[in-house]
Amino acid sequence: MIQNLMDGILTGSIISLGAIGLTMVMHMLRFANFAYAELLAIGAYAALVFDRLFAALVPLTDQTFGGLSLTWSLTLATLAAMAVTGASAVLIDWAIFKRIREKADALSMVFASFGVALIIRNVITLIFGLKAELYSNDIAFAMVLSRDPLLLIKPDQIFVLAAALVLMAIFHLVLSRTTFGFALRAVAENPALAQVAGVPLARMVIVVWLIGGAFSAAAGVFYALTNHLSPLIGHNFLLPVFAATIVGGIGSVYGALLGGFIVGTASGLALQIMPSGYIPAMPFLIILAVLLVRPHGLFGEPQT
Amino acid sequence: MIGVISYLAFFGTVAAILAIAVLGLNLQWGNTGLFNGGVAAFFGAGAYGAMMLGGPADPQQLGGFALPYPIAFAGGIGLAALVAWAVGLLTLRLRHDYLAIATFGVAVALEAVARNAEWLTGGAKGMRGFPRPFEGLFADQFTYNLAFLGFVVIILIAVYAGLERLVRSPYGRVLRAIREDEVAARALGKNATRLRLEAFVLGSAIIGVAGVLYVSFYAFISPQDMAPILTFQIWAMLIVGGAGNNRGAVLGAFLIWGAWTSSGFLLSKFAPTAVQIYTGPIQYIMIGSVIVGMLLWRPQGLLPERIERTKTGNEAPGENASQG
Repeated sequence: MIQNLMDGILTGSIISLGAIGLTMVMHMLRFANFAYAELLAIGAYAALVFDRLFAALVPLTDQTFGGLSLTWSLTLATLAAMAVTGASAVLIDWAIFKRIREKADALSMVFASFGVALIIRNVITLIFGLKAELYSNDIAFAMVLSRDPLLLIKPDQIFVLAAALVLMAIFHLVLSRTTFGFALRAVAENPALAQVAGVPLARMVIVVWLIGGAFSAAAGVFYALTNHLSPLIGHNFLLPVFAATIVGGIGSVYGALLGGFIVGTASGLALQIMPSGYIPAMPFLIILAVLLVRPHGLFGEPQT
Repeated sequence: MIGVISYLAFFGTVAAILAIAVLGLNLQWGNTGLFNGGVAAFFGAGAYGAMMLGGPADPQQLGGFALPYPIAFAGGIGLAALVAWAVGLLTLRLRHDYLAIATFGVAVALEAVARNAEWLTGGAKGMRGFPRPFEGLFADQFTYNLAFLGFVVIILIAVYAGLERLVRSPYGRVLRAIREDEVAARALGKNATRLRLEAFVLGSAIIGVAGVLYVSFYAFISPQDMAPILTFQIWAMLIVGGAGNNRGAVLGAFLIWGAWTSSGFLLSKFAPTAVQIYTGPIQYIMIGSVIVGMLLWRPQGLLPERIERTKTGNEAPGENASQG
């Protein structure tokens, strides 16, 4: 029970990071982007490439921090992957979504995003293969927190949760303390009004893709660090991040953060009552419940 | 020669089954502007529904009632329609893309059930032994397959003719009106939410018909047959043929299914072994590129929708809009 709760909170922090950008993009560009979760996969695999590259160039960086399977090279690789993923998100928007946005309706965008997701996922499969990869082949030993009930936690998991919280805290400070943060929130909440107030919308769209890509990359690396890399990361996280944005209310960054933790812990706790094979359906049940009780989510505004 | 004919019959049967599913999707997406992100779920619901009612008894699972074919057929359609009704009821009054997310979720959830609920669906190994309809009437497999092709084509023609009538009727015009401008349709007193729900359920039921025919043909169904790629294939068929045009939908089904099977054949025949294991991903990239490419360069498809103008003149206004 407590083990499931802990694991759920950890997954929740990863879902939250993935949902931050999605909620902003969905509200600003007004379409459900089914290619968004592929950014997690791009980030995780970009970090794998940079990690091997840095470790080969400067072997000294390939040393782990005590207990963690994290290395200096992987830390740097994660930062590089965040930049690369943000840039990919901007590039995909420029190459495909922007063009369709200019001449067609929102549902064509949804449609196109499915196609984009299919392409990205399978290009990754072609390059890296179907088998699961790991950043480090060393066995990460779990620490025993208590024997009765048996509670295990890996140092990597503690690190991931802490790092995710730090990223969220930084983002919160930016949102609440800087002019840029105000502009960002204004755009996320009401794009038209923000534009009237002098916020350049086109530039903000790029910034939002960059931020969303960077956070998604971090989420992808964190997932891969505590589990493994697989081309299906995007597919597996798609429904959870959508559930997080819908629970929180589309357009609400804080709602998405909270929504991620709700979806993660609910899926973790659901293991108590259902076999693990049904867990992929859990976010769907959460979505249905929210739509039934409070269609605009916890912090969203009712829309017409 | 017999080999060629029997292959063509096989190809034609599968393509015609898929064409029926594309027609169902066309009613939803092409005519009413509803986004169905889980075509595979309704296809699977039809197939599993028919299998559970009409399949042979199995002591290890519920179902297998071995009911007559027409009842199994109707049950499969009913299950697909029921799922669509439940999802539509919850999402159709909300933001448009909620339907996309919810239907995508249904596909994930039903696939999880098909994969895990062994007592109900046989789990990952699927269910086999569906009694193929009218099999006793034919002497050999070859004539049976030709006859089955005829059966599927008759149903395809019936669905096509029915939908053509529907979209040209006042009812079809109301659906298009809702697609184009919901506020205006509401202002004319049309209950947009209810009409959308009806179109969504009817379209899903037609996709369910395709699922029933699929299980009738293969006599076997497993979670693999309702994998997400099926949804993408059926979309690609519709967007290539032309959303909103029923003839385009059928054309797209045959074209894309032809491209899919021939690319699979060519890859397995001529590609080096190292590439062959990636046949799936290569074909998936092709489907994704077809979808994105069509949306970028020819969103109306090969056969664009033809809007027939209602004859105006001195007809009393409102005469055509009184139904629906």
